[in-house]
Parts: sequence; structure tokens; C-alpha cells
Amino acid sequence: MLAAILVMALGAVLLGAALGYAAARFRVEGDPLVEKIDAILPQTQCGQCGFAGCKPYARAIAKGEAEINQCPPGGDEGIHKLADLLGRDFKSLSAEHGIEKPKSVAIIDEQACIGCTLCIQACPVDAIVGAAKQMHTVIARQCTGCELCLPPCPVNCISMQPIAESAETWKWKYPAYRINPAPREAA
Amino acid sequence: MTVLQRLFSFNGGVKPAYNKEASTGLPIAMAPMPAQLVIPLHQSIGGTPRPLVAAGEYVLKGQRIGGADGDVSSAVHASTSGTVVAVEMRLMPHTSGLSARCVVIQPDGREEWIPRQPFDYRGATPEQTRDYLRDAGVVGLGGAVFPSYLKINPGKSGKLDTLVLNGAECEPFITCDDVLMRERAASILKGALIMREMLGAARVLIGIEDNKPQAIAAMEAAARAANEEAGHPAMQVVAVPTRYPAGGAKQLIRVLTGIEVPHGKRSTDYGVQCFNVATAYAIYEAIALGQPLISRIVTVAGNVARARNYEVLFGTPMRDLVDLCDPRPDSDRVIMGGPMMGLLMPADSVPVVKAANCVLVGSPKLFPAPPPEMPCIRCGECAKACPADLQPFELYWFSRARIFGKAQEYHLFDCIECGCCAYVCPSHIPLVDYYRFAKSEIWARETQKEAADVARERYEFRLLREERDKQEKAAKLAARTVAARATAAAALAAAEKPVITAADVAKKALITAALERARAQKAGVRQENTGNLTPGQQAEIAAIEARRAEIREMAKPHLRQDD
Amino acid sequence: MTSYLFIVLGAVLVNNVVFVRILGLCPFMGVSKKLETAAGMGAATTFVLTLGCGASFVIDRWLLMPNQLEYLRTLSFIVTIAAIVQLTELVIQKTSPLLHQVLGIYLPLITTNCAVLGIPLLNVSLRHNFLESLLFGFGSAVGFTLALILFAGIRERLEAADVPIHFRGTAIAMITAGLMSLAFMGFAGLDKYK
Repeated sequence: MLAAILVMALGAVLLGAALGYAAARFRVEGDPLVEKIDAILPQTQCGQCGFAGCKPYARAIAKGEAEINQCPPGGDEGIHKLADLLGRDFKSLSAEHGIEKPKSVAIIDEQACIGCTLCIQACPVDAIVGAAKQMHTVIARQCTGCELCLPPCPVNCISMQPIAESAETWKWKYPAYRINPAPREAA
Repeated sequence: MTVLQRLFSFNGGVKPAYNKEASTGLPIAMAPMPAQLVIPLHQSIGGTPRPLVAAGEYVLKGQRIGGADGDVSSAVHASTSGTVVAVEMRLMPHTSGLSARCVVIQPDGREEWIPRQPFDYRGATPEQTRDYLRDAGVVGLGGAVFPSYLKINPGKSGKLDTLVLNGAECEPFITCDDVLMRERAASILKGALIMREMLGAARVLIGIEDNKPQAIAAMEAAARAANEEAGHPAMQVVAVPTRYPAGGAKQLIRVLTGIEVPHGKRSTDYGVQCFNVATAYAIYEAIALGQPLISRIVTVAGNVARARNYEVLFGTPMRDLVDLCDPRPDSDRVIMGGPMMGLLMPADSVPVVKAANCVLVGSPKLFPAPPPEMPCIRCGECAKACPADLQPFELYWFSRARIFGKAQEYHLFDCIECGCCAYVCPSHIPLVDYYRFAKSEIWARETQKEAADVARERYEFRLLREERDKQEKAAKLAARTVAARATAAAALAAAEKPVITAADVAKKALITAALERARAQKAGVRQENTGNLTPGQQAEIAAIEARRAEIREMAKPHLRQDD
Repeated sequence: MTSYLFIVLGAVLVNNVVFVRILGLCPFMGVSKKLETAAGMGAATTFVLTLGCGASFVIDRWLLMPNQLEYLRTLSFIVTIAAIVQLTELVIQKTSPLLHQVLGIYLPLITTNCAVLGIPLLNVSLRHNFLESLLFGFGSAVGFTLALILFAGIRERLEAADVPIHFRGTAIAMITAGLMSLAFMGFAGLDKYK
């Protein structure tokens, strides 16, 4: 009996010491995973996930503090990519964080704009130009469609407009065989 | 003159019914002037040219109406003289059925040219010549419409070995290059000579499929004459076996030179550059005649009674061309290009553009709807037929399952969309449609990713800027507080001075006495290291002491304020 | 010498730990979605199993048997293997964070991977000496890796295939595993052809 206890205790002490040393020796600093997650996120910086931008959300995912299905702009495809990267199971977009919408840009109704600069301060990517008491306008190419400029506007002059399909953005559709009704046979 | 040329071969390929005879019977005719010309600004690969004219302006034939925009772009010109009616969105000749910005010209019927001057390319630098060709709107007329000025560049070595002229014209129904070679062989070769000089190419190989004996004869005669004139047998016409797609640039280069251009490389890396014969003709017109590219030869064929080749001004509606050839009543569609690679047009009102080598009229009888797509049986016929040496079935599975990364691993982007795989597929799978779908999805994702990267950069810069602003503000605030305290203290001191009570005097006396005592004590204890000093050192010490006193004086108001 | 070769070959093919002994199915199904992860898991398991077999042999022969403590075998083996797994995890986390993240829960689960405990126990019952134990452990782990990689390759193909909707995912994976198991049964009797 004593021998058994001694043997087990000896084993425990030795292994514990080895592990303790290894933990100190192979300490991990930084987390390169965050960058990889961040690269998948759509960078709209909209905050719909509940974090203050895409990077903080990526950090939360890496730490396991957030689910991968909280990013509506990334859509199902983004979730699939995250699931693949992290080896987690796919989950459909969580409804409380919003729904996937077609990509849009903000348009300022320049007649109604009073030049309050509130939207300029709200834009996370500096895509709105203008100055106090001057008309503001959105640089459409840089707009991520995050909708963060909508709530601060005191005169509700900003609207979201889905991006129209152009020759540059047109895509070949998934091939589907067209089923035509059979010609009616003479009775 | 036909030197025995060792020919090579490419793998795969198919032999569809050629149907070329119908349109080669008659010589090229000039298509009549339409009531209105609709000239799309975007007619070549690359950036959309900016419009240079506005509605109401009068333009001359050959006047530039769209200026090249960006590194890859090519100018667009008025096809005839007349008045610009509008610059607006019109249906463009593309399967999408989308509209693009077009310049609409009402012809005045006078065909008044801009002043035409031959361009002295020998006296100009290569850059000037390239700029000239860009502004003359010369693009590859084989169908890919890649700006030619970018291709007339010998590459890193500065010298090419072979210039290949592509007269293979392998796609069924199309004969525009065939008749062009028959009728204008000498001009084509003049254009080829210009290109040869610019590229520094040692020889010119003209590859023509052996089902065009008349074109081969005409080109050989012209080549003989040109070689005699130059006193150097640089030009060589080579009949290549008829097999689709022998007219693909990479395939023709391989047949003529044996060089297989690998994935991710350019043919110029191997000393070869390839141009279509019609492009050579356009270059001749641009440089020797000073005429920009405003028209091209278009084959009108398919379900028409009188198929023929026409020289057509860009902007002419395809319907006008089709009507010239008596379309049969059951015609139901217009295809731009051939039956293998052509694009279905959304309507027959779309204009002829630089890419339109053929206007193919279709009918349910001529091009019956494909049978239903059946499951892939993994027979491997498509891999045997693929002229790009790809594995079409792998590309198909991955494109179909939307696993685009894997499709790219299998070199989806080396696919030339020639349609051989779909042609041989026993299950009637529209393979090319899947590849086109996968390619455009991948492009869309790439643009999305680029946009995301820009957004990330801008967001991070904004965070940085906000942080910097915050710090600057804090620093400024701190400086201001210090200054404000100093002035406030000074004011306080000034205000306090006159009011001195007896208690104050007593307190001050006490303090002074204490300070006096301390000083006496300090003086008593002589500091060791201050003995026997030089006068210079003493002066230094005195200066430091003076500064200290000054600082103490400055600090006094604060001490006062704090207690 | 030949007997050593037979131990390795037998462990890799004839008595494949997954397909014939049906051990270690949890990571086999869990991390066989992608080829890279499968290879990573295989490498980690090979490391742990080889080391585990050596360590458990030492413990068994020189610590437990002299003290007539054979009844502590399972307990002490598990403790040893757990420590080795922890060590592996630390090393992987340092050297390849992505693999660490992807292996996720399966990495610590190597501890409870029945193959990893089963092989040392088999070593004891087969009365292998030290070298044989190591080779047997290594061979079994290579067999495990082989099974995992083959299976991951097939599963990657299955992604692009038309699988009836109710069979998608784990269901078709199970069927595939069964078919592969049948195929590996064909190696039985390999030694008859020497």
C-alpha cells in the first residue's frame, strides 16, 4: 500500500515538474490567429456583432468569448469560412445581431443636410467629407454600408441605397437547366 | 516560298462542323450607314474611357469621343461625322443585358474625316508609338479586345524571337479573318512589318488553318513580295492542321514554335508575341494611313439566306446587319461570336463593337436547346479534349460545389473557355457555364477583399488619428493649465501683498528666524567637495545656485496654492 | 530483424488501429474534414503514442512490476499519457497556433483516445520488449495517421459530390469509414505471402 502511494506520488511530482517547466519554456505571446480571423471579417466596422469593430470581434472569437455567427455583413459565407478556419461547426446567423442585407452605400440628401458633422464623426472609415455648416457627401467607393451614420443625423437625410449591378460587378449565374413545359400533345 | 516548317501540336481540341463556306462566297461589302450609331465607350479590356464629347457637339469621322482612362484602356472614336445626340446609358452587347454609357451619333452623311497623317513610328520613341496606338483605339480584334499598345512591348529582354500572326480562325461560321486575308493580304503584312520592327522580332510566322487555301495562297503571294522587297525571308506563312481551338493564342504558339507557355508566364518571356491578322491590319491603318479604329470586318452567318462579310462601322445595330442577309423567319436569337465561345445578345438592337467578329443568327433548329444535364460519369473525355491541359471534371466538381479555392488550385484561370469540354461531354453538362460562374464569383470575392482591406486600413488610421488627437489635446490642456495657474498665482500674489496683518508679520518673522537658523547650521557644515575649487568651477556652481533659486522662486506660488 | 518489420507492418496495415481494431474513432471522425488538420492530428498522435509506449514500458517494467503494483497499470499509464499530451499541446501551441486552434478539443482528447491507452496495454499483454513496444506504438500511430489522411482525402471529395441530403455530413462519413474498414480487412493474411 505504501509502495503504491509512493510510486504514484513520485510519478505525480516528476510529471508535474516537467509540465511546469514546459509551460514556462513554451509560453505563447500574442495571437496570430486574430489576424487570420480579422482577414475573414468584412471590415464594415458596423458593430452589429456587439463589439467596437471587426478587430475586437476577431479577438473575442479567438479567445472563445464570442460565437462565429454574429456578423451579418459577412453572411453565411463568412460564417462558413470562420467555421472552416477554426474547425467549429457552422451555425446560421444569429437573429439578434441582424440579418444579411444586400451591400449598400449611404447617400446623403444634399438638399436636406444642415452640415452638423455628426455623421462625419460617426463614420468609422472616414468616408464622409464635409465641414461645419457645409454640405456633406459620402465617398461611395469607401463606404462600407455600416449604417452607423444613420442614427446621429438630426434631420434623417441619410439613406442606404443597395449597390446596383453594373458591367463590372455583373456575375455569371449558377448554371441551372431551364425546365420548359412539354409541348401539349394532340389528343 | 513555303519553307518546310516543322509543326508541333497541342493536346486535345475538337473538330466541330465548320460551316464556313456560306459566308466566303462574296467579297467584303461595306455595310450601309445606319440611321443612328450607338458607340459604347467601354469596348476593350481595362478601364472605361472617359467621354470627351457632349450632346449637341458636332464630331468628325475618326474624332476621339472617349479618352483612354488608366493604365489599361483604349480610346474610342466617332465612326462617322455627325452630331452627338446623347451620351447616355444604352443596352450593351453583353449577355448580362445591362446598360453602359454610349455616345449616340446622328450621321450627317458627309463622312467628313479628321485630318489624317501617317505616324512616323521610326522617328518616334516606342512610348510615343504606344501612346499613339492607345489613342488610335487599336485593340486585339480576335475577340479578346486587349489593348494592342500594351502587347507591342518586347518585354524584359528588349528583343523577341518570333512574331506570330494569328489567322487560324478556328471557330465555326466565322470567316472575317479569312476574307480579310484574301482581299487585304498586303496591308496585313505591312502592319505585321511595323509590329516586327517595334518588337525587334527576328521572324514572322503567319499561322492559317489549312481549310482556308485561298487565304493561304493570298498571304503567301504577299509574303513573297514583302520578303523580296525587304531582301530578307522574315515572313513565313504556315498552314496549320484544322482543329478547334488552333486559333487560341497559346495553342497557335505551341503549334508553330513548340513552346508551351506555362501557367503564370507570358509568351514574351519565351520570345514570342501573338497578334490577330485583323489587329495587324488595324495597326497598318492607324500608322500608315493615320486612321483610328472605327470599323471592322464582321461575318453575318447562321440562320440567314445570304451569309456574308461586311465592313461595319462600330455602333451599327446588329439588327441592321442581320436584315441585310435575309434572316429566316424562325430566327430567334443573335449571338456575338461563334457557336463555341460566342455570347448570347440580350436583343438584336445592340451595336457592333470591336469584339464583334461575327453576328451569328440562331434558331431553335440550328442551335437546338441542349438536352438536360446528366450526372458526370467521370469518363474523362473532357480532360482528353482540353487544349489547356486542365482537368475539366475537377474544375466542374469544385465550381459546382462552390469550393472556389480548390478550383483555383486546379488552375481554373488557365481555362480559355473554348468549350471543347462541354462539346465532348456525354452528359451534356454546360461545363463552361460553371467555369464562368466560378470565375466571376472569385473575382467578386477578390474585389470584396480588396475593399475590406481598404476599409481596415482606413479604420485603423482613424483609430490612430483619434488616439493622436486625444494625446495632443491632453498635452495642450496640461500646458494651458500650467500657464493659467502661473498667471492666477501671480494675480493672487499681487492682490495679497498690500494686506498684511500683524499676525502675518509675526508668522513671517518666525519663518524668517527659522530659515536663518537653518542657513547658519548649513554654513557650519562645510561641504567636503566644495573645497579648493578653481574660479571657473565656482562660477559654475554659483550660476547653478542662482538658477535653483530662480526655480524655487517660480515654484513658490504653487506651494502657496497647494496649502 | 524481420520480426520488427512485421510488428510495424502489421500495426500499420493488417491490424490497423482504426479500421481493424476499431480504436480511436473519436478523432478519426472529428478531425478528418480537412487534409491538413488530419495530417497535423496524425503527427501529434504519432508523437504521443510512440513516447507513451516507451514511457509506459519503462514504468511498467521497472516501477510497477518490481513492486507488484500491476493493478496500478491503467491508472499510471493514463497519468503518464496525460502528461505527454499536455506537453505536446504546449509545444504545438507555441509552434503552430493555427493547428492548435484547429485541433481544438481533440488535442487534449488524445489523452482519452482509446488507441493511445490501448496500444500500451496491448504492448503489455503481447509481452513486447522495449524496442518492440516503441515500434508497435509507432506503427500503430502511423496506421492511425494513414487512416486519417485517406479518410480526410475522401471527405474532401465528398464535399464536392452529390450526396443525398439525408446522408450529408457524418452519415456518409460513417458509410465511407465502413467501406474503408472492409477494404483494410483485405490485408489480413499478408504474412502468408512471405
